[in-house]
This record gives sequence, structure tokens and C-alpha cells, in this order.
Amino acid sequence: MSIRTIDPTTARPKFVPSRRRFDLGSRYTPVLVTLVLLIAMWGVGATRYRGFLSVQMLLNLLIDNSFLLVLVVGMTFVILTGGIDLSVGSVVALSTMIAASLLRAGWPPLAVIVIVLVVGSTLGMLVGLVIHFFEIQPFIATLAAMFLARGLCYVISLNSISITNPFFVDMAQTRIPLGPGLMITPSVIIAVIVVGIAFFVLHYTRTGRTVYGIGNGGQSAMLMGLPVARTRVLVYVISGFCSALGGVLFTFYTLSGYSLTAVGMELDAIAAVVIGGTLLTGGSGFILGSVLGVLVLGIIQTIISFEGTLSSWWTKIVIGALLLVFIVLQRLLTTLRR
Amino acid sequence: MTTQAPVVDMTNISISFPGVKALDRVNFRMFPGEVHSLMGENGAGKSTMIKALTGVYPIDSGSIMLDGKPLVISGPAQAQEAGISTVYQEVHLLTNLSVAENIMLGREPRRGAAIDWRAMRARAAEILDGLNLDIDPASQLGSHSLAVQQLVAIARAIDVQAKVLILDEPTSSLDVDEVSELFRVIRSLKEDGVAILFVSHFLEQVYEISDRLTVLRNGQLVGEYLTDEILRIELVHKMIGKDIAVLSDLDRKARAPISEESEEMPFVQAIGLGRKGSIAPVDLDVYEGEVVGLAGLLGSGRTELARLLSGADRPDHGELKIGGRALRLRTPRLALKSRIAYSSENRRSEGIIEDLSVRDNIVLALQADRGWFRRIPRKRQDELAASYIQALNIRPPDPDAIVKNLSGGNQQKVLLARWLAVAPRLLILDEPTRGIDVGAKAEIQKLVSDLAENGMSVVFISAELEEVLRLSHRIVVMRDREKVADIVNDDVTVGQIMTLIASGAES
Repeated sequence: MSIRTIDPTTARPKFVPSRRRFDLGSRYTPVLVTLVLLIAMWGVGATRYRGFLSVQMLLNLLIDNSFLLVLVVGMTFVILTGGIDLSVGSVVALSTMIAASLLRAGWPPLAVIVIVLVVGSTLGMLVGLVIHFFEIQPFIATLAAMFLARGLCYVISLNSISITNPFFVDMAQTRIPLGPGLMITPSVIIAVIVVGIAFFVLHYTRTGRTVYGIGNGGQSAMLMGLPVARTRVLVYVISGFCSALGGVLFTFYTLSGYSLTAVGMELDAIAAVVIGGTLLTGGSGFILGSVLGVLVLGIIQTIISFEGTLSSWWTKIVIGALLLVFIVLQRLLTTLRR
Repeated sequence: MTTQAPVVDMTNISISFPGVKALDRVNFRMFPGEVHSLMGENGAGKSTMIKALTGVYPIDSGSIMLDGKPLVISGPAQAQEAGISTVYQEVHLLTNLSVAENIMLGREPRRGAAIDWRAMRARAAEILDGLNLDIDPASQLGSHSLAVQQLVAIARAIDVQAKVLILDEPTSSLDVDEVSELFRVIRSLKEDGVAILFVSHFLEQVYEISDRLTVLRNGQLVGEYLTDEILRIELVHKMIGKDIAVLSDLDRKARAPISEESEEMPFVQAIGLGRKGSIAPVDLDVYEGEVVGLAGLLGSGRTELARLLSGADRPDHGELKIGGRALRLRTPRLALKSRIAYSSENRRSEGIIEDLSVRDNIVLALQADRGWFRRIPRKRQDELAASYIQALNIRPPDPDAIVKNLSGGNQQKVLLARWLAVAPRLLILDEPTRGIDVGAKAEIQKLVSDLAENGMSVVFISAELEEVLRLSHRIVVMRDREKVADIVNDDVTVGQIMTLIASGAES
């Protein structure tokens, strides 16, 4: 902010309001805590394991979690409005099934991707309309969508369908060099673009600010004349779109469609968003926090696989413990802010 | 001032709700550059009037003219477009966003598709500067006090080029400095020709800021007056609606002042008991068997004092002694342990449980007092219910009747029975007779006086002064959240109390 100078001869005494808040209660604190945590985990890993302290290790985190990055973007929008989307994992599975079956039927890959995205967005829109106009709890509405999408997977096929389409195989195998010994996948680029767009929308458009406004609760946003109805539906469209896109990236990763994939992935997405500092009650949080949340989840998995002797279920235990810590931390910070 | 044409001209406005005539052929006008106060007690029709003007309620008949043209609106958004902005008592802004966004959202400056944050903050700073407010536009709204949020709401309202600004109870949660700041902003808007509708229950503030007053009573227009030309005492009469001459003749039972003849310690002693933003420190003694009446207008601090005495609100200074011992009543539950019962004026939301039966409502407080693991035996419940139904003449005399189906008066009796069942030593009754019929009212009054004769201390709050005078041994007069008088009820007239309410202790 620029400094305004006041001519002392004309300036009337200014009304200087007293501030009530601690700096500790800043909106950025939870994100910073996550960042510190991430760095600390990386540091711990680096001291214990050879090969942990490499940039490629960090890039691998992005490569292995690119689909999750896209999912948390949609989830962040929804949670910022104070909602929740439980249908994410099922929509990912449905997307892999639609993509795999259409590809097997010989459809062109681009058309397949468009269809998958349209299906995901439409499902999201239906959920959003139900939530807004029938005032249904997001939990229940998206739970219904979760069962619906999962059920549709079985309608398509009970078995896993492998993908042999050259474009998809290309996307799975292409490595884009980033310098000596460093490389990423096209999926990472897509995920980063999605995160970038989400950041722009949330912070530089009225729609984005309305998302935060809705999350503040009550009727204020509506009484201020902001487009509440449209925005509330839109966040579920965005989440549906992101789930479908995440599904596409997931097929790039696994090169198959299967009804039982991505079970519980919505919970990973929610965990990443919460660990990233977004309040489940809505109105407070950042997309970049959610990205950090994904990286934290990724690094936990990496550490446990480096450890070698630990069962992979330890990932869940650590995530569970972290989640608990973060939710308590958020409660404390919210109390401080009052 | 009157040479100008009115910017708002509402004529013959009537609005009915099922069973109630909320507004009955009321006229109201506002002039540019003038502060116009809408006055009236609870239920007089002030908020209905505001909602008619802002398009929240459709009017049944009458016309609203804005700048000489008929105003056709169907909601607050359109009213705002037409130049009528409202700042509500509860600030309707987004506390999780910045001050600048709260002022500008909906009209935010853009560069291309993106919000131009720099321009937005600069414009917000300009508006705040125009109001001489030094608030950082980038700071989060929720980090500021309610007063600042209120000022930000006004900043938002005037940025939409308001011709008419409605301020509904804007000062109810502000302290003295914050009020004077608000008034400075109001005056500067007045100079710019904005017509301001001001609603407040603080008489001092009304007299300080407004040019013109319109008084409503029971949905009807009492009259429009210039503030300079009406004395406070007259205004209070017009709001309450009784003539001094008639009221002074009311016969009432003379009561011996207990506190003077008693050598004992008062049962309740409040010493400088107060709470910031709620009520200024008050001293109050209540002796055993004494009825202390609290008189004052709505919002004068009657209820606030009752809530401090009963543990519903925590005092932030002063102390409270019960039976000579200093106690901290942090919750109504603790107050109940000290045998203090508080019957709230909000019968519906803070009193009865609508969906429970008469018996369940009556035994509720007693059961809570015993603890939930020691259930009151059904037989005892039935006895309690039956005895109170008989003693208070609750109709229908059916302990299984669901309370929401009872009339207001009978609901009130059920509520009274609940508190009587815990055998309180101090009973605080906040508007126990409001909105109930004459017969039930008389029964409740009789009951209060009997209870006091049997040694119970009672704090009795009512907007009806005759009632307060008839029942009380001593009367405490509240005004603008301060105690202004504490008088023994000995040949006191309604007129004298009104004078005290209107002008304080100097009379």
C-alpha cells in the first residue's frame, strides 16, 4: 500500500480503530505451518535416506500426485463455500471407465476426453442444483452422487479394461526434461495449469471472492448483491470437472479403467485440503495451501516406502494423526481470531 | 428545510400479517439533508415501515414516492439500485474478506477479467477518507470492532450513490466514542444532501442527531414533529400512549417500603455491576419480600440488568452479593443454585419449549437443578404439574397439552410455574405480562404480590408503568443503559416516572 501523506494544517483528527486480532491468528498461519511441516519432513527424510535430498524426488511427488492436485483444486472451491464433495473418488473411477471403454470401442482420444469432462461437469452441476435449490446438505447430495457414479462404473464393466490407445500411452510414457537429470510428465503440466487458473479465479474474479463470501456463512453475500446461487452451483461444476480431469490424468498414470479404483480418494483430497489450512466451515483457505497439503501426503508415502520395513498402512495412520492435529490447530487459531 | 420537496413520501401505507395489522394508514416522509428518526416502542411498526420502504414487505395499500415518482420495487437489491441503502443492526458484511472488498464487491474495478486490487484499495481508501476514517482497506474486516464494521457498512452504502440511507439501530452495540464518530459521519452525509432514516431507542442520541421525528404506536401514526419543537416528556407520552392527567388518577395499593424499615441485609446486593457494551455499572439492593420494579423504555438496560443478575451474561465489573456472600454467577445454572430464577422476556426463544407438554415444561428447571441422573419420579411430576395448573389457573388444565397450543398468557403461566417449582429466593420477571390478555395479566400480578408477601424477592420488569407502580415497593428507573433513579414507591405517579425516563434524575 502506498503511504498517504496528510497535511497537518488541514487534517482533522482521524478516527483510528483499535485492532483486535493477534498476528498469530492471521489467515496465512495454517498455510505457513503446513509449509514448515513439509520442509521439516523433507529434512528428516534427507538425513535418513540416501537420494531423498534431490530435486527429482520433489518432482516425483508431483508426478505421482498430479491427479490428486487436480482433485484438490475442485475440493478447495467446494470447501471454501462451506460444502463438501464426497463424489470425487467415484467420479474419478467413472471417468477411467468411460475413457477405457470408449477407447476400446475405437473412439478418437480427444473426443473421449471431452466426453469424460462433460459427464463429470454435468454430474457436478446436477449435484449443485440439488444442493442450492432444494437446500440439501452437500454431504448427502454428494453421497448420493458418489453411489450413483460408482454404480455406473459397474454398468459399464465389472472387469478392468486396459488402455492401448497410442495417445494415452504416449501421455503415460512421455517425460519432459527440465534440465540435467530432471524431468516431469505432461500430467504435471496440466495440473500446474489447473492450479494456476484456480488461483486466478479465486483471487482475481468476483466469482472467486463470492466463493469466499458464501463460506462466510449467513445471508451477507446475498444481501450484498453477490451472485450466490450461480456461484454455489458453479463450485460443484468445478469440482465435477476437476474430478473428471483427475480421472483422465489417472488413466494416463495407470493406463486402465477399473470400477474399484480411487475408492476413498475423495477422503485423500479432503485431507489434503484440510492439512493445507482450509477451514472445513468455509470462507478461509488458499489453493496453494491445498497444493502443499498434497505434497505433505505425498512425502509421507515416500518416507514410508523409503523406510521399506513399514507397511503401507502406516501412511493412513500418519495422515490420520496429522489431520487431527491440523483440525485442532485450526480450531485454536479460529478461537484466537475472535 | 420544509421548502424542499420530500425525497421519500409514503402515504396511507397499510400492511397486514395474518391476524395483525402491522401498519394502518401511516404517512411518512423524508427530506434531503435531514435526519429523520422513527420512534415507537416494540411492536409499534418501525421495522415493518423500514421493510416496506426497502421492498422486503409488499404494501397492501398506499403509495411510496421516491423523488416524486412512484417507487416500484420487489426487494432490497432493487431498492439499493433506486438509491435506498440500508445498514442493519446486525452488520451484513463478509468478515473473512478485506475492508476494501466489503466496500467495493459488486462494483469492483477490473483490468481485463481480473480484479484490479490496487485500484480497488485506492478507491476504498478514497471513500473511507471521505468519511475521515483511517482504516486500512487491505485489512480483514473481521479484525475490526463491530463499530468499525458498522462504519464500513455505511461506506459501502454511500458508495452506491444513496439518496436515502436507513440506519436501523446503528448504535446499539457502540460505545460513546464510536457513537460520536458515527454521528460525525452522519452529519457529513447530511451536508451532502442524503436523507437519513435513523432508528434508535436511545433518546439522547435521537435528540442529538435528528431534525424530525415520526412517532408510531401499535401500527398507527401518532404524528410527525420537528425535534426542536417537542419536549422529551411529550415524546415519551406519545410513544407510550397515555396522558399524564389520566394516569395520575390511577388508584393503586399503597405499599410500605420494606427496605427502609428492615434492619436486615439486602438479599441481593449489586455493587457497580456492569458490562461493557451492555449496561453501565449499577448499584442495586433487593431485600427479602421486596418487589423492585425496573422502569424504562425498551433498550434502556432493563433486560441487560436482569441478565447480569441471573448469570445469563457475565458482568465485567462490579460484584454481586447474594445473602451477603460475593458470588460469581457465570451461568444461569449457577444462579439457580443460589436460588435465583430468571424468566426471560423472549418467551418463545428463551422460555418455554414449544413442543413439550405442560408437565415437561414445568418440571424442566427443577429437573435440571437436581441433575439429569436423578429423574423426578413421574408421580411427583404429576403432583407438581397438577398443583401449579390449579394454583395458576392454567387453561386447558391438562398436563399433557403441548405448550405451543396454549395461549400466550397460559404459556407465560407455565413458564412462571417452572421457576416457582425451584422455590427461588429471587425471581426476576422480564415482561411477564406482555402480549397476554387482561384476565391473565391480573392473575399474574396477584401472584407476584402474594409471592413477595411470603418472603420472595422479585425484580419486576415491565413496559407498562401502571403495572410497575401497582406491584413494586421500590422503583428503579433506567435510561440509556444507566440507572437514573431509585425511588421508594410512595405516592409516585406515572407522570413522575415518565419524567424520569425522559430526562433523568434532575427533576
